Amino acid sequence: MESLLENFWIVLVLKLLTVALLVPVAGLIIGYAELKISAHMQARVGPYFAGGRYGWAQLIADGVKFFQKEDIIPAEADRPVFKYAPILVLISAVSLFVVIPFGPGDALVVRNLDLGIFFALAISSVGTIGVLMAGWSSANKYSLIGGLRAAGQLIAYELPMVLSVIGVVILAETMSLNGIVEAQIEWGMPFVIPQAVAFVVFFIAALAEMSRIPFDMPIAESELTTGYLTEYTGFRFLFFFLGEFANMFTFAAIAATLFLGGYAPAGAEVFGITIPGLTGPIWLSLKIGVLVFVMIWTRWTWPRLREDQLQTFAWKWLVPIGLANIVVTAVMKVLF
Amino acid sequence: MADWISLPVNWVFLVLALVIAFAGVKVVTSRNLIHAALSLVGVLASTAALFLLLSAEFVAWVLVLVYVGAVLVLFLFGIMITRAPMGREVSLDNERRGLAAITALATFALLAGTSWVAFGDVEIEGVGDPITTGDLADSLLGRYLIPFEIVSFVLLAALIGGIALARKDRSPAEEAERTDA
Repeated sequence: MESLLENFWIVLVLKLLTVALLVPVAGLIIGYAELKISAHMQARVGPYFAGGRYGWAQLIADGVKFFQKEDIIPAEADRPVFKYAPILVLISAVSLFVVIPFGPGDALVVRNLDLGIFFALAISSVGTIGVLMAGWSSANKYSLIGGLRAAGQLIAYELPMVLSVIGVVILAETMSLNGIVEAQIEWGMPFVIPQAVAFVVFFIAALAEMSRIPFDMPIAESELTTGYLTEYTGFRFLFFFLGEFANMFTFAAIAATLFLGGYAPAGAEVFGITIPGLTGPIWLSLKIGVLVFVMIWTRWTWPRLREDQLQTFAWKWLVPIGLANIVVTAVMKVLF
Repeated sequence: MADWISLPVNWVFLVLALVIAFAGVKVVTSRNLIHAALSLVGVLASTAALFLLLSAEFVAWVLVLVYVGAVLVLFLFGIMITRAPMGREVSLDNERRGLAAITALATFALLAGTSWVAFGDVEIEGVGDPITTGDLADSLLGRYLIPFEIVSFVLLAALIGGIALARKDRSPAEEAERTDA
């Protein structure tokens, strides 16, 4: 057993399988949380019957339903592009997870890349192509407009996201996500304190990258009939759906790792408590849970931004704030 | 030859090279503009994988972030917002494709010839040693600081040029009309 766990390939395959299972399961849990929390925010009950109690099996039933549906491809659609678009989106959402550390050392991370956060930003931008492919290949005007809006939005908000991350990288002096968590333990505080501005910018940009309210112009159901998703049915729609919730999970995990101390117990930095190996995943999951709750909260309590407001907000507010944050952080770093 | 076959790196390289060549040909022969752009995604993604094979992680992910994630998204965005063609387009054919093929082959011959003359089958030391981002930053901001600054200056100039070209200065009357609407 020991020797098996030392074989590089076996460990790698095990870790990849874990991620491939974990992300959809996390997607299901977040999806259920969204249904239930939104219901209570609107004084409804939400899923109630599925599974006997609290409707806990609602999302599983939904998933089974999607798989049973016919896989319809519109007659005018560009078949290969239409088919592969959802897969590309889901791959980009799942691959993000490769670099997120769930505990100290190399054991609880798929691969502790030296470039960690840079890899995450690069991979997350690949999903955009999937969205554009979906929008165009559906041969539907609503889909095309939705795809274009999504791409324009992703280009606009990728920039502030990268800029906000640079502040953290300057403080941590590394791009490895493990290294960033260790730097926070060493500093004795999560980076949300010295990098509060970057945290806010990152969180807003992440909401926009996921096209969630108040940034859901690309899938605005009342005017675009859900945009690039319009023509998708069955398991291809399920892929987009899972991709969206998996993205919530991974972006929350990245935000928690960069700004909230990742797998380190909250407050441990301050009191100098040493971290027992296995509490890492629990702490990280708690932090992810808090961030995901905030994302759901904003979705069900905010109106939608208009397209021009959305672009103005990114280019005229977030980008300059992000740049200013880098300048201030760099100057402080050199001075102190 | 037996040495060549026993190294898995060579096999990965072979597969990547074939994918790049195939997708590259698709870029120019495809009758649909969007398919051509998507083939270019394939070319660039495989090139990034090639850099990973050489342990140049940073260059590989820069390629993904900048070219796949930004330049090609802008390409696709531009094509879709102006024409969004479905199906095949005859107008994409170019009269001078013979000349283009000759140029491409000549470039290939030149590059292949130069690297053959320069290196032959000499094994190059140090290729594949992992390069950390720190090393890269040290050389970029140390030894190569001036070229680095010049490149960023050129980029800045291009950026300002782009804004100047895209910007339309309106007369005050037009401006007033615009804000009313």
